[in-house]
Amino acid sequence: MGTEKDINGISRRDFFRKGMQWAVLLGVGGLSAALISKTTAGKTVWQIDTKKCTQCGRCALNCVKSPSAVKCIHAYDLCGYCDLCGGYFRPGVIMLTTAAENQLCPTSAIKRKFIEEPFFEYDIDKKLCIGCSKCVKGCGSFGNGSLQLQIDQSLCDNCNDCSIARNCPSNAISRIDASKPYLMLGLRENNQWKNK
Amino acid sequence: MQKIRNIVFYIFMLMLALQSYDLSAKNRFPKPEFESGHTQPKTITPSPRTLILEYLDVMVLLVSISLISWLILKKRSRKGVFLTGIFSILYFGFYREGCICSIGSIQNVVLALFNTQYKIPLTALLFFIIPVLYTLFFGRTFCAGICPLGAIQDIIAVKPIPVKIWLEKVLGIIPFIYLAFAILYAATASDFIICRYDPFVGFYRFDASFMMFVIGGLLLLIGIFIARPYCRYLCPYGALLNIVSRFSFIHMKITPAECINCKLCENSCPYSAINIPATHREKEKTSVMVKRYIMLSLILPVLVVAGGFITSNFHENLAMVNHKVKLASEILHNSNYGIKGKEAIEITAFKSSGQTVTQLNTEAAAIIAEFKTASWFTGAFIGLVIGLTLIGLSVFKYHVDYTPNKASCLSCARCMDYCPVLPEKKL
Repeated sequence: MGTEKDINGISRRDFFRKGMQWAVLLGVGGLSAALISKTTAGKTVWQIDTKKCTQCGRCALNCVKSPSAVKCIHAYDLCGYCDLCGGYFRPGVIMLTTAAENQLCPTSAIKRKFIEEPFFEYDIDKKLCIGCSKCVKGCGSFGNGSLQLQIDQSLCDNCNDCSIARNCPSNAISRIDASKPYLMLGLRENNQWKNK
Repeated sequence: MQKIRNIVFYIFMLMLALQSYDLSAKNRFPKPEFESGHTQPKTITPSPRTLILEYLDVMVLLVSISLISWLILKKRSRKGVFLTGIFSILYFGFYREGCICSIGSIQNVVLALFNTQYKIPLTALLFFIIPVLYTLFFGRTFCAGICPLGAIQDIIAVKPIPVKIWLEKVLGIIPFIYLAFAILYAATASDFIICRYDPFVGFYRFDASFMMFVIGGLLLLIGIFIARPYCRYLCPYGALLNIVSRFSFIHMKITPAECINCKLCENSCPYSAINIPATHREKEKTSVMVKRYIMLSLILPVLVVAGGFITSNFHENLAMVNHKVKLASEILHNSNYGIKGKEAIEITAFKSSGQTVTQLNTEAAAIIAEFKTASWFTGAFIGLVIGLTLIGLSVFKYHVDYTPNKASCLSCARCMDYCPVLPEKKL
């Protein structure tokens, strides 16, 4: 069946095959043509829009990486260098000391450093941060909101389907262009702040 | 004492705020000016992987798929295929951690086709197109050892046992169903189910949820005896290549010259993808054949319509995967995501978003309407595949020689070693 050649020397099977080959080629060509306007030569990355983030804490749990690629990033430009830091201290602390029981961060990732009266600088140890958002919530509700949850692009695997984006209740995570991979407030390029 | 200190501090800050910078103008606590000359550290924002490396991935794909096609078609080297497989496990598997992958790129392409906002990266489009084109020209050489999911299963297929033909055919429908649903969910921008249920990516990342670890581990265990279970009975990209490969320009052959029907290769294929010679068809009564012909030509449209009808009846359930539809439904039924005692995070987030329930319901209704149309196509496609499989089973296939089945052959090149025929010497 299908092997007998007809008068023109092309069997039915060959004719069908040729047709389908052209169909696939046309299909691929058509697909490329249809998508050419929607293609970006660049790359997209996942990022949290800090304006939409509600600090629910799911980033710490839902990332495919453990610990999560979501980290708290400190925008120093926004920081008030408060003594009573809402991101560092647990609510209702009596003594403003670095004692473990006073700290909000479960992994002690925030380091408090005295600068001058009455200012303190807060640095985040990325290795310890698990992206739990406790400090972000504390800073946002009391202070300037300089502590912000962001996806650390050097840690992110850039999954095709971001697992935390799927689980984010406030749709704060989206694909953005990789040339500007952070969506946080208080980021200024090449800014060196020095007084006096 | 502390309180007074804080109050003084705030007043001081307030005074500072009056003569402050534009940025800190909106801050509750303006940025201090340090008298000690302290330099504020720069906010560190680590950069993502550079774009050049993404294009390097495409280059590696192009080079490795060309290499493996040459190894299969020209060198006829199983060893070469095996080594390329190891390379792709290392590169696309462990180094790239299974992302970017051609299987998942189906969803990017579909999303780009149906979603106006989504811009598909060129690399994802290329990862989709390149293996399809190579398959059209050379057969499923991509599956042979470039796909990291295929390669890992290929090297562990040590004790393959043949699968009964009826089971093979029934299970062979699953990839098409998977493909249909992957397209449905990608087109409605609801979910990327292929990536979500990728069984081996967890191994490549040394990190998986318990369920995916169990599924992946089971597939690997099964894979020792039933070769490549994911490729044959699940992979949606494999379903696509299965169709394309049937019409491939050049396809690998078991024998380098003329087949002598020695039967040595008959059991060599772990995937039961060798066509066994069949030159005589059993004589049947004409009435039986006519009856079957009528049955088959009727069953195809019936299956297509029935598939579409049944699936579209479930469109509301299918739409529940979409988080907006789910949220609207939870609010409508006041079921709070099944959580008792406190408000679900989703509902808290929704309340703080400022959107009204009416707006949400309108959006959800639009998505459900999309699902209604799309699920018709999904179901019809599944019906079509089942119908065509039935027809394919009842068509007599004429074969004189032992040949690879172009649809299901994964070009792993195992059978070639079994062939005693020597290539014709060029004079």
